[in-house]
Amino acid sequence: MKRPENNAALLAHERNFSWGRLLCWEALLLLLLIGVNAMNMCVSPGYGDFPVLMDALRNFADKAIIAFPVAMVVLTGEIDISVGSTLALSAVTMGLCYRIGLPLGLCVVIAVATGALCGLFNGIILALYRELSSMIVTLSTLIVYRGLASVLMGKESVSFPVQGWFNEISWGDFLGCPYGVLFALAEALLFCYLIHCTVFGRHCRAVGSGSEASRFSGIKVERIKIVLFTLSGLFAGVAAVFLTSWMCSARADMARGYEMDVIAMVVLGGFSTAGGKGTLPGVLLAIPVIGLLRHGLGLMNMGSQAILIVVGSLLVVAAAIPGLRLLFGGTVRRK
Amino acid sequence: MKRFRNINGGILRDLALVAAMLPVVCWIQFRSGGIFLTGENLTDLLKETAVLGIMAAGMMPIMLTGGIDLSVGSVMALGGMLGATLLKECPGIAPAVVLLVGCLTGTCCGLFNGFLTARLRILPIIATLGTMYAFRGLTYLVANGRWILQGDMGGEFLRLASGSTLGVNNLVAIELVVYVVGFVFLSFCPCGRNLYAAGSNPDSARVCGINVDRTLLLAYALTGMVAGFAGILYVCDFGVAQGESASGYEMSVIAACVLGGVSISGGTGRIQGVFLGSLFLGILNNAMPLIHVSPFFQEAIRGGIILFSIVLNVIIARRIGKAALERRRRV
Amino acid sequence: MSVSVAYQKTNPSGSAGDYVLEARGICKTFSGASALKDVDFRLRRGEIHALMGANGAGKSTLIDILTGVSRPDGGEIFLDGEKVFFRSVNDARRRSISAIYQNGAAFLHLNVTENIFAGHGVTTALGLLNWRAMHARAEELLRRLGCSIDPRRPMGDLTPGERQVVEIAKALSAQSRILIMDEPTAALSWRESMELYDIVRRLRADGCSIIFVSHRLEDIRALTDRITVLRDGECVGTWDTAGIGESELLTAMAGRRMDTVYPRRTRRIGEELLRIDGFTRAGYFKDVSLTLRRGEILGLAGLVGAGRTEVMRCVFGIDRADRGDVFLNGRRLRISCARDAMDAGIGYLPENRLAEGLLPEWGIGENISIGELRRFTRASFISQTKERIRSAELASAVGVKAKSIFDSVRSLSGGNQQKVVFAKIRNSDLEVLILDEPTKGVDVGAKSQIYEMISSFAARGFGVIMVSSELSEVLGMSDTVAVMRDGVVSAVFDNDGSLSQKTILKAAMPV
Repeated sequence: MKRPENNAALLAHERNFSWGRLLCWEALLLLLLIGVNAMNMCVSPGYGDFPVLMDALRNFADKAIIAFPVAMVVLTGEIDISVGSTLALSAVTMGLCYRIGLPLGLCVVIAVATGALCGLFNGIILALYRELSSMIVTLSTLIVYRGLASVLMGKESVSFPVQGWFNEISWGDFLGCPYGVLFALAEALLFCYLIHCTVFGRHCRAVGSGSEASRFSGIKVERIKIVLFTLSGLFAGVAAVFLTSWMCSARADMARGYEMDVIAMVVLGGFSTAGGKGTLPGVLLAIPVIGLLRHGLGLMNMGSQAILIVVGSLLVVAAAIPGLRLLFGGTVRRK
Repeated sequence: MKRFRNINGGILRDLALVAAMLPVVCWIQFRSGGIFLTGENLTDLLKETAVLGIMAAGMMPIMLTGGIDLSVGSVMALGGMLGATLLKECPGIAPAVVLLVGCLTGTCCGLFNGFLTARLRILPIIATLGTMYAFRGLTYLVANGRWILQGDMGGEFLRLASGSTLGVNNLVAIELVVYVVGFVFLSFCPCGRNLYAAGSNPDSARVCGINVDRTLLLAYALTGMVAGFAGILYVCDFGVAQGESASGYEMSVIAACVLGGVSISGGTGRIQGVFLGSLFLGILNNAMPLIHVSPFFQEAIRGGIILFSIVLNVIIARRIGKAALERRRRV
Repeated sequence: MSVSVAYQKTNPSGSAGDYVLEARGICKTFSGASALKDVDFRLRRGEIHALMGANGAGKSTLIDILTGVSRPDGGEIFLDGEKVFFRSVNDARRRSISAIYQNGAAFLHLNVTENIFAGHGVTTALGLLNWRAMHARAEELLRRLGCSIDPRRPMGDLTPGERQVVEIAKALSAQSRILIMDEPTAALSWRESMELYDIVRRLRADGCSIIFVSHRLEDIRALTDRITVLRDGECVGTWDTAGIGESELLTAMAGRRMDTVYPRRTRRIGEELLRIDGFTRAGYFKDVSLTLRRGEILGLAGLVGAGRTEVMRCVFGIDRADRGDVFLNGRRLRISCARDAMDAGIGYLPENRLAEGLLPEWGIGENISIGELRRFTRASFISQTKERIRSAELASAVGVKAKSIFDSVRSLSGGNQQKVVFAKIRNSDLEVLILDEPTKGVDVGAKSQIYEMISSFAARGFGVIMVSSELSEVLGMSDTVAVMRDGVVSAVFDNDGSLSQKTILKAAMPV
């Protein structure tokens, strides 16, 4: 069999850059985003003003903070639905520490640490018992963490100062931009770098495409999972700080239903639940689509119940897109 | 010919569960000052767990195929709310009709879930996470902010829960009927066995001529139907229908199934085990006020049970696998 | 589901009466590419007919069409001289054609009886399943096949050989007269293969006609009456098994003259390179000790289930052994994961290409580079250019046939895919290469290239451990042959020319 000498040169030519392939999904999201904003502006004329817009963004900055690490978890083919409960538990822990008199700064650190520990627990269970799916593990920790939050705080709440630097975390801004939004943007940059430019990100993508093959390629699959779930928990802890600052109180029933919004943002952002697919710009666009849609529905005086229906349906629709493509021909990969 | 006992998922597991229950029961009996194991408390216990038992049995079809349904609580609420609204608008309507309405509602919801997972190939947990909120929202819409109380429901309907047949409380009797029907269906009906096949190996099932998509659709429709049915009974039992009904119920149901030996990945599960699982959960729920445990612990304990059960399942499966391997070596 | 079969009596020609199954002019295309082109296939009554061909030649497609899983785009099928048209698998089964696939087709959670009767259980008048009757019938079927398994046992408890028998019982339960067996001995030990041969002969005596798909010349010579070879979707020819030589067969499958498959080698064996000492893992293997020297190819032979793959997986760090040490160049290695092994200089070619060796959705280049991405980073940013160029170099060095480095791996043939895995492994600095069934499912042309690569790697002073179930391959390539049996090393032979397949088999078979 002849081996052409210049085969290497032939194989190595650069891939033809096709804008279409790269931007199809993101373009659609951009259109959606424009549509949502247009709808909101029709409903409320003052919407287009910068401070109003920023206020709207502030409302879901905490969800955005959680969405990026969860996107990375989904990239490896896993799922983390315990984020809302982790947030609650972190907030409750922080509240209790504050109540017993610990300095506020320390309480914030404790909140983040609690979140990280919750995530670490998820990761360790999954690493030790590989047969378990993250679906059932995070489902059970969703219940356990929420339950622990209830045990610790019951139906009470802890109030946080309405003045001072803690309140500024959510209510302050820099050049008009709320700190929460800035934090989320910075986080987006960080995760964009992690996912698209680093070896770690490539490894995560590999694990999502085939965990056994990744194992044989020298990728430490269990370690990646532990790291990612810990990150997810850690940022849930950070989000707890932002949410508590926003609400000026910590309660055991905070962030109920957050997991649905976050998963919706991730899935709408193009991350397939089977793993191995998704780009960060997608999530970055999907977050305001869902967040601003919620905001707009609220402006329309739609009851919270109806909003539930809409967002629930949106999650389903976002997840259905690969399947819809299947109905109209083509194949979808299922784990 | 060697007779070989299937210990993985078989009777031994049920016995193990009972064995695990005994010390807990003893401890509860001790801590409650002897009130737990009285005839009155036990009949109350059975009645309280009836609805959970029915719903847990109803959850089996989906879990056997390897799926999950997080929306059962919302479907129960929706079914119950629609039934109660019907009762309120048309007083004197036969309870059987109300039950039928519940079943229909549930079946429609279930079919919708089935369409999403079987046709559109959405991951069951995501699809039902979305429909959980969507159906709950619908329930609120129907409720329109108002509660439907006992007075609106009529005595005849309420007797469904409070009355008895042949000396046994109605709800418990219904539960027994559901379990018998379920047992026959899962063990003797080709449709029922197809659930196991589809959960164990869907590709093989297809090659064997089993229509896997249709089987999945059936599973979701069945679970939905039972959820709607159970929703009516729930409303009847509590005497109130409101937007928040059965909120979080799905977690108890999943806990009962997992505890009873139903595998999350599908293919195995016996209805006898699910009965024991729901009983165990019922015991815990019943016992907690008796031993002065705050209700806030319930959620954590429920989650802990699921976590503990699934980890235990894995450990047992590994032991058995190793034992089987050693056995094969010697052959 | 109604039975829909179109009957059309043809003018019975002289030979049509002999054939129980006839396929004429079968064509099938998948999204533009033709998988089968005008294929003719005839199965005589009561014969065992081999279907051979390289991977991608179209065997599976033909089987799918004959069993009703898919429908042909062109051509006709005749059963006993009557034209038929299958609407579904059940349809074909009702017409007495069944296929028996490999292990993956079982329901491991269910018991044997259910596996046999899945999809077509025996029901009572009420429509409920009659378990007693099914258990009894299952026992009867198994007894007929010479097997005494209790049908109430869960399928997951059985050995691969026993599962294969259950699969056959499944086909018989549908009263099939035409059986298609797809690589039935692939996962079987030698003894189980022999038992399978007996069963197949027994089936033929019972009146079945069998199509036997296999890569293994040993099986085919032992069992079949005639051989049909497919190549690139076309039927190359049909011969009597006794009348065709190995070289002719290989030529037919590969399309060019192929006499010797194994490269000529000069041995230059040096001092100890890798040593495995006292490796033990409860239930898998016990006290395994092997030595690999520089320049040596160590063939690891044994029956399926002897523990060879398990040992190698532990050496590479995928699984954890209970006891034992690995020494490389005299230094004890601490291996807890694949990364440790790779850093030490050990490379591994896994047995399951698509599940363990490659990421099927990715391109060739990305698959090659995934093991050693650190080489292409600058300040932790991955340099795509460096990666692309290096991958292309490696791909062409192993002879991957593709248009570009971005082609998806899934679209490649088995042999090409295997070459990509080789390229990936060679991206690391290796001293030891562990290969697990390196030519499984690889077409003949690629096989010789792979042997060439292995040979040259050893010639450069490195070491190769080759786990293989193909005895001719073991004899053709190895300098030393170690044989494992039931989890222990039963013998180590020097392959000095006097070693025969028989000797290896004897050491491999359980006492």
